[in-house]
Amino acid sequence: MIISVASGKGGTGKTLVATSLALSLKDKHEVQLLDCDVEEPNDHIFLKPVITGSEAVCIPIPEVDEKKCTYCGKCAEACAYHAIAVFTKHVLVFPNLCHGCGACSYLCPEKAITEVGREIGVVECGHSDGMEFAHGKLNVGEAMPTPVIRRVKSKANRDWIVIIDVSPGTSCPVVESIKDSDFCLLVTEPTPFGLNDLMLAVETVKELEVSCGVVINRAGVGDRKVEEYCLREGIPVLLTIPLDTEIARINSRGRTLIEGMPQWKESFIGLFGQIQEIMNARSGCLKR
Amino acid sequence: MQEVVVLSGKGGTGKTSIVGSFAALAKSKVLVDCDVDAATLHLLLQPAIREKHEFWSGQVAVINAERCTQCGLCQEQCRFAAIKDINIDTISCEGCGFCSHICPAEAITMKENMAGHWFISDSRYGSLVHARLGIAQENSGKLVALVRQQARQMAEKSEANYIISDGPPGIGCPVISSLSGANLALLVTEPTLSGIHDLERVLGVCYHFSVPALVCINKYDINEDNTRQIEKFCLGQGVEVAVRIPFDNTVTKAMVAGLPVVEYSRNGVSHQIEALWELVSKSLTK
Repeated sequence: MIISVASGKGGTGKTLVATSLALSLKDKHEVQLLDCDVEEPNDHIFLKPVITGSEAVCIPIPEVDEKKCTYCGKCAEACAYHAIAVFTKHVLVFPNLCHGCGACSYLCPEKAITEVGREIGVVECGHSDGMEFAHGKLNVGEAMPTPVIRRVKSKANRDWIVIIDVSPGTSCPVVESIKDSDFCLLVTEPTPFGLNDLMLAVETVKELEVSCGVVINRAGVGDRKVEEYCLREGIPVLLTIPLDTEIARINSRGRTLIEGMPQWKESFIGLFGQIQEIMNARSGCLKR
Repeated sequence: MQEVVVLSGKGGTGKTSIVGSFAALAKSKVLVDCDVDAATLHLLLQPAIREKHEFWSGQVAVINAERCTQCGLCQEQCRFAAIKDINIDTISCEGCGFCSHICPAEAITMKENMAGHWFISDSRYGSLVHARLGIAQENSGKLVALVRQQARQMAEKSEANYIISDGPPGIGCPVISSLSGANLALLVTEPTLSGIHDLERVLGVCYHFSVPALVCINKYDINEDNTRQIEKFCLGQGVEVAVRIPFDNTVTKAMVAGLPVVEYSRNGVSHQIEALWELVSKSLTK
């Protein structure tokens, strides 16, 4: 079962929820935590995993053998990203623009193009306190996080409880991370910014046909419009975490909530129970 | 005319609240929201939309079922797993067009994709250029480039002194698109280990694109040991820490009221943000 933890707005507590959920479940279940926020991965700060394996994530980019090339220009014509340009006696490749689709090498009539890997990031796997862990890191200066996210997700073991920490926003990295999840937890805060971005996130999960529920963090900080919205839209609010300076302090030190305030463990086990109920009710409906 | 972009790496550190206040403090500027997939600056500035434009970008493959012979070549060759049972999954399709080039039955065409909208709006603080990327759309970097280009044109026309840009979180494509060619990056961080970790990475992006940076520590009193650690790190990097802003719930109250915090309340937070704008504008005119 894959549960992704997303939010729209940044800084609402995705990492707090993802790590707490994983730590609360790991004693009774086999749990895997995948940090798919490859631009700014933070789960490792809290979980301090032992890294046992590391692999480079590469995009296959074209390399042109100019001895074979006739400068026909088919490759440049086919490239949707303008990553290859052909002049009368010269070919230029722009590695940063290439998405690695492979069209140029396949279509080259002279078979003059081979592909070489260009490293854009790394995926590290390991374990932390009895659960499996993996995260991706996009290299600084690189623009395309999705291939790194795909690689992190390839580590998912569906027989286990897989918890995916997602980056903020609603665009391609978020879609790539949430896609194929069984359930998506949307973490928000009760403020106008939180609500605005929650509404966008809800639209995104609907588009992906993934069921969702909401966690309200820092409850009491703003207004009641997030709750009103959830009620109106029939989105279940599964957990409320109050604004608490103690939680903020624990978090700022890179300690997990479960370690700092173990009384929260029961709440997260309850949260998982509610997710299971929703999933069971849903599969019951589908069977009928 | 000088452009400052406000970034943070980690989300939720207070970028938009600071930009909203800059909008109230700065004279002669154009505002731009480069967080195109979760824009919120308009919630503080409450602008009236003057122009709305469609953003067309990229393509999606379409299979003509009548022509298709179900040979499966497209599915076999697609590197993005966007074709399943000879059907295009439009969310996974990256628009590379490989399939359309190789289909032996010429059954696949590429269709232009409407990826969102962008707006020019009037607020009582001046013009705002902002956008909304369509749900589950790609090409946020291109949309960011477009809103920045519009803001630049407007600033040139009106001879504005500044472009003030609210950036997206992260370090990937929309961040790079917001940053490249800007005159200054203001990095808003918070004294948590996550905040520090993410600051280091976004500062790396500033170095990579040779944009000078200035740091501001928001909610500095949540953990003063970490605040000192950030200051030490910045000193080592030769990056100035402009101001420390205390944690104060009036920032949220101002947000609920739909106002920049400097207009909502005259307290410590407002004074620090004023001092910050002072330093930012000074750095820009240097």
